[in-house]
Amino acid sequence: MTKLIAIAWKDLRLIFRDRAALILMLATPFALTLGMGLITGAFSGGGSSIPQLPVVVVNQDGGQLGDALTQLLTSADLDDLLAARVETDETAARSAVESDQVAAAVIVPAGFTDSIIPKDADALSAPAVAIEVVMNPGRPISAGVVRSIVEGFIDQVEAGRVGGQVAIGQLLGSGLIASQEIAQMAQQFGQEQASLAGEPLIRVRRSDVAPEETNDFNPLLLLAPGMALAFLMFTVSLGSRSILVERRDGTLARMLSTATPAGPILVGKIAGVYLVGVAQMFILILASTLLFRLDWGDPLGVIALVLAAVVGAAGWGLLLAAVAKTPNQVANLGMTMMLLFGILGGSFFGGALPEGALGRLAKITPNAWAMAGFTALARGGDLTDIAPDIAALLAMGAALLAISVALFSRKGFLQR
Amino acid sequence: MLPILEAHNLVKKFNGFTAVDDVSFAIEEGEMFSLLGPNGAGKTTTIAMLSCLLAPTAGEAVIGGHSVTRDPMAAKKIIGVVPQDIALYEELSALENLHFWGRMYGMGGAALKRRIAEVLEEVGLADKAKQRVKTYSGGMKRRINIAVGLLHRPRLLFMDEPTVGIDPQSRRNILDSVKALNRQGMTVLYTTHYMEEAQELSQRVGIIDHGRLIALGTQQELTQMVGQMDALRLHLPEGQEAGELIAALQALPDMRQVTTADHQIVLIVPDAQEAIPPVFAQADRLGFKIRSVEIEEPNLEAVFLHLTGRALRD
Repeated sequence: MTKLIAIAWKDLRLIFRDRAALILMLATPFALTLGMGLITGAFSGGGSSIPQLPVVVVNQDGGQLGDALTQLLTSADLDDLLAARVETDETAARSAVESDQVAAAVIVPAGFTDSIIPKDADALSAPAVAIEVVMNPGRPISAGVVRSIVEGFIDQVEAGRVGGQVAIGQLLGSGLIASQEIAQMAQQFGQEQASLAGEPLIRVRRSDVAPEETNDFNPLLLLAPGMALAFLMFTVSLGSRSILVERRDGTLARMLSTATPAGPILVGKIAGVYLVGVAQMFILILASTLLFRLDWGDPLGVIALVLAAVVGAAGWGLLLAAVAKTPNQVANLGMTMMLLFGILGGSFFGGALPEGALGRLAKITPNAWAMAGFTALARGGDLTDIAPDIAALLAMGAALLAISVALFSRKGFLQR
Repeated sequence: MLPILEAHNLVKKFNGFTAVDDVSFAIEEGEMFSLLGPNGAGKTTTIAMLSCLLAPTAGEAVIGGHSVTRDPMAAKKIIGVVPQDIALYEELSALENLHFWGRMYGMGGAALKRRIAEVLEEVGLADKAKQRVKTYSGGMKRRINIAVGLLHRPRLLFMDEPTVGIDPQSRRNILDSVKALNRQGMTVLYTTHYMEEAQELSQRVGIIDHGRLIALGTQQELTQMVGQMDALRLHLPEGQEAGELIAALQALPDMRQVTTADHQIVLIVPDAQEAIPPVFAQADRLGFKIRSVEIEEPNLEAVFLHLTGRALRD
């Protein structure tokens, strides 16, 4: 037993002294998680919900339509989309845009309602007063969304204003109403327009893949295990490669010349592969927990899943070493396996598996089962929920280990 | 005294090629025994069978009373192996390497620490023990390679060409260490293709060529095989084609053997002093220059030459 531990511990030390290996094992998955997190905006709000766009509204109008627009922008219907606040000071609102506190400022000038709803016949021909949307050039998309909402409002109001002007003009021309009735009629018309324009122009509806998904689910909880599992496949191939390296460099023969049977030596080497994989996974999990503030879920479940995932992955790594003839072959096959399993098993796509036959084929990868387990844990699941994933990973590892040992035996590794 | 090692008719074949062919010898406890032969003669394959790393195709070997085929674990406990290629972990320090190999020999705790300190002193690397092996020179690596083989105080040490590819000073250190180990009572089986090493170190020598043990005995016994012949070594200038001179020398009376290698011609003659004038006369006649001449007493190289018709370095 002490010899077995000595071999495994020695392998762990050797790999952790290999700078190139450390970069691929630890730095690369971490950097990719960070990069993909930044690209997908996972760091911007900590959730998968559409981020609220900060906007400030200055209502200097005081009329029905100005109030309607203010109510629209601050309504509960747009609450998921906009974080709108009402200001009275136009200068402060413009400053908020300039200082990047908000994506846009909507300024409803005084006389806006009056320009739309004429108080008398002379007002019918008066020019319209324009609403100003001050856009933040640093947030063109967010500001564009705000502008679209305001333009939608204005389109409705404008259509009503033109229609109202034409209707009142015709009624006046045909003598059906008197000029003193214009103001009252315009008021009624304006109220109707205000209520129509106040109808939500945009409804924010969430289209969730999984109905139980909560708004605050962090996509990093899919990216981080995905990357860790993809590079775990590299690590196990590297560890298994050391079996052939030892044979090439004569250290395996030297071990066999000591009074140590081949069986314990092979078990020691396998334990080394396993230990390195487990160490890599826990370092990545710990680092992402501390630096990304990720909550991976039930700790017991996470530990069990890591231990099982490395069993499955180590099985594949050992199979590579058992079929390959040289260390270089293992390195090349290992890199191919890492990419192929990463794509097939959903490591690079947040655990999403391909459809159809490829999806069924993906079940041969440890990535697919482990990703399912990590996703379940991140969504609040526990050990019971991931038991099938753990069982599948252990069965996969056991089967591959048996095949690998048989192949090593056939190649004479276990001779005496 | 019972032999600590007995090899009986060892044969090893690889896909029809016979690497070791019916090799038999025995080594007494405390003896220093060399297997001398050119590269590819079968020395390493013989050591691999005796170390229980290769199963013999035929034959048997017994180490300390234990068969290498039927009871390899017991046989392995008696031996220490210093392989020809440096079998160490370059990313680990010498200390870490020795600690790991000590564990593989079943050692541990304070006893292992003490023994590591001792072997480091023996090979003269105690002050550099914490450096990674990859920073060592070739000679230092060789010395740690030997230290590993000594860790568990083996009764029988196999050293497979331990001085290949190192500087003369390191080579001297290793040869002195080997002699010191033997003086302490350790039995050593030493393989080499350097005649001088076998001659300096060994009480008995086995000469191996093409997988066959062609001679075995003390140095005196072996040189007697050549008879009372002298070896006359002629050094020629570089770039001089010696074919014509060799043919002329072979035709001289009493000339027993003429071989050539590395701008040298080696003549085996009954009396070197008498042979010198006609040799120089032939060289003169054919316009050859001779840089220098050495007269050698019969040695292992002469034995090898006598037995195979080739120089050891061929």
